[in-house]
Amino acid sequence: MAKEKTNVAESANVKSASKAPAQPMTAMAVVAPIVGWLVPGAGHLIQKRWGRGLLLMLSVVAMFVIGILMEGKVYAFNTGDILDMLGFVGDLGAGVLYFVVRALGIGIGAINLATADYGTKYIIVSGLLNIISAVDAHDIAIGKKP
Amino acid sequence: MTLQLSHFSAALIFALFASIVFGITQRSERREMLKYGAKCFLFFVVGTIAAGWAMWILRH
Repeated sequence: MAKEKTNVAESANVKSASKAPAQPMTAMAVVAPIVGWLVPGAGHLIQKRWGRGLLLMLSVVAMFVIGILMEGKVYAFNTGDILDMLGFVGDLGAGVLYFVVRALGIGIGAINLATADYGTKYIIVSGLLNIISAVDAHDIAIGKKP
Repeated sequence: MTLQLSHFSAALIFALFASIVFGITQRSERREMLKYGAKCFLFFVVGTIAAGWAMWILRH
C-alpha cells in the first residue's frame, strides 16, 4: 500500500515536471518586461522584434493619447471606491506615459462631455494592454514564444 | 485640443488597437497573429452593432 502511494506520488512528479519544463531565467527575462512596462513596445524592441514592438508601441500610445484628447480621467492613487482603485491600477500599466501625464497635471476628466468617459476607458485599457505586452516580452525572453 | 468622436468611431478605433495587441500577444506565428487579430476586430465590431441593436430593441 505504501509502495503504491510512493509510485503514485512519483508519477505525479514526473507528470508535473513534463508539463512545465524549467525556463531559463536570464537577465533579459527580468529586464524585458520592466522596460516593456515603462515604455510600451520597448520590451520587444530590445529583443529585436522590431515589427511587433513598433505595432505595440503605436497601439498603446495611440490609445492613451486619444483617451487624453477625449478628456478622459487619469486616476491617482486612492483607497476609496473599488472601481477607482482598479482604474488606478489600469492607468499605471501605461508606464512612463502615466507618470508624464500625472506630472503635467493632465487628465482631470471632463464631466460635461459624453465622450470623456470613453477617454477614461481608453486610458485604462491602454495600460492593461501594455501589461499584456510586457508579459509577452517576458515570454519571448524565456524562449516560450519565438 | 479636444477630440470629439462619435460612439461608433470610438468603438472602431478601440477595436482596431485592442485587436492589434491581442493578435501579437496571443499567437506565435505571423500568419496566426494576422488571423487572430482580424477575428478579434470582427468580433468587436459585430458585438458593438449587436449590442446597439439590442439596446434599440429594449428601448422600443
